[in-house]
Amino acid sequence: MTLLQKLIPKNHQLIVAIPWLWLAIFFVLPFLFILKISLSEPQLAMPPYQDWIREFEDGLLTITLNFGNYQLMFEDDLYLQALLGSLKVAGISTLLCILTGYPIAYAITRAPLQFRMPFLMLIILPFWTSFLLRVYAWIGILKDNGLLNQLLMSTGIIDSPLQILHTPAAVYIGVVYSYLPFFVLPLYATLVRLDDTLLEAAADLGARPLRQFLTITLPQSVPGIAAGAMLVFIPVMGEFVIPDLLGGPGTLMLGKLLWTEFFNNKDWPVASSLAAILLVILIVPFVLLRHFEQKASEEER
Amino acid sequence: MRDFISRNPLLFVFLIAGYAFLYLPIISLIVYSFNESRLVTVWSGFSTKWYGELMNNGPLLNAAWLSVKIGALNATIAVILGTLAALALVRFRKSRGHGTLGVMVTAPLVMPEIIIGLSLLLFFIALEDLIGWPAGRGQTTILIAHATFSMAYVTVIVQSRLAHMDPSIEEAALDLGARPARVFFTITLPMIFPALAAGWLLAFTLSLDDLVIASFVSGPGSTTLPMVVYSSVRLGVSPQINALASLIIALVSIAVLVASVIMYRSEKVRQDA
Repeated sequence: MTLLQKLIPKNHQLIVAIPWLWLAIFFVLPFLFILKISLSEPQLAMPPYQDWIREFEDGLLTITLNFGNYQLMFEDDLYLQALLGSLKVAGISTLLCILTGYPIAYAITRAPLQFRMPFLMLIILPFWTSFLLRVYAWIGILKDNGLLNQLLMSTGIIDSPLQILHTPAAVYIGVVYSYLPFFVLPLYATLVRLDDTLLEAAADLGARPLRQFLTITLPQSVPGIAAGAMLVFIPVMGEFVIPDLLGGPGTLMLGKLLWTEFFNNKDWPVASSLAAILLVILIVPFVLLRHFEQKASEEER
Repeated sequence: MRDFISRNPLLFVFLIAGYAFLYLPIISLIVYSFNESRLVTVWSGFSTKWYGELMNNGPLLNAAWLSVKIGALNATIAVILGTLAALALVRFRKSRGHGTLGVMVTAPLVMPEIIIGLSLLLFFIALEDLIGWPAGRGQTTILIAHATFSMAYVTVIVQSRLAHMDPSIEEAALDLGARPARVFFTITLPMIFPALAAGWLLAFTLSLDDLVIASFVSGPGSTTLPMVVYSSVRLGVSPQINALASLIIALVSIAVLVASVIMYRSEKVRQDA
């Protein structure tokens, strides 16, 4: 496409510049305001924070930075608990997604060619319907007189209803349910590109299917697993809707705490500090995601 | 297919179990929207009364209309921005800003909504302070916020279509003396049209579905559908919400079906050609 590039230098700069500027202004720049507000003091007004820079009557400018919000994060156990809660939920549900998503992605790649696209579409399809409403569906299934308890009781497996809704188990179910497609898609893309000749060679040399899988397919699919895992882990770290609707008082997570600080306590500086900390934590997994995505797409070329 | 099942019975079981897990909750939503009882999960007879009540729920209908308006506008903006970004990423690898654009386009896909929402709200307030725009928060701010994350999804879809497109057709047109703009509108655009349609649809549903970001950047008088649904759901299950969910699922299924037929046909035309 060098020809196209030479012919329209102006347009081509514009093509890069328009989305670049949009994202720089409305996505990157706003992060700076999180940092700014996280260093300010709360006040009872709208907006409920004080500016660092204040001009007094005699024209004197003062800058007051307030690190108290960050100090609070380390002193109050609540914030540490929320961080650990988020890490735990994100970690365990990522693992659960790997365990349930891998067999699904692998099965689709093994299916006959003409069935692969429909099978894949069936994985993506739920993603197009409302996330909020799909999480809502689980309330009806998991609550005390919900479908699952009705089913278990009518088959005589249990005598009294199990409390599942408002427990960590409900959060894990909700997260795996909502984020499974994000894991399956990149993994499928990696698996489907794997070279079959290696497997054939291994088979010719007498390796059993399980050994073939463990020594050839699994190691080669690591970039896909890693990219998919990060696509689950990163957003779940800040998830609000699932712990709020399915979790109970015991499920403390950063996203939910941030929401409470912001909307209920109207403490914008503390909410901003939480967001800043979450942002810093997510840098490492994000770099990993970029790394594995590029690795996967390089193999394609 | 039969061969696949007999050779890999375990894999097939996994696949079926996976689909059951994904679809049973959705099916249960639809089934119980026709339940007579208010108790949602206790079946007491067939009824469509909840659909009737839904149609008389004024605040919900207003919110739904606002969400549809924002969703359609958002999808249009997102398709334009996302297509430009995809062109920039696939076609102009050596141009300035290519690397940063790639990072900036991936980040909104995974960034927790709560961070996007909070940061944009703080930004809008500071901006209003500085230049007087946007005046207050409402439809415009929701639209900007939605377009920002939706365009990332559109970019991914269009990018993969562009990357798998045969460049020789465009090159041939250029060799024959067509101007680049003409090549884009008569060759590139029709070829990536299915991706644009899919992207538009996805951006529309993402916007229609967003609770967290809209809650941060909306203002008085701009309550979107997910915000109404959320405040109702917090109080417990409600058959009206089941009815609403069924309607949305029906609409999305029809839209996706139409989109796949379009894609299938254009794919066929491409293969036949």
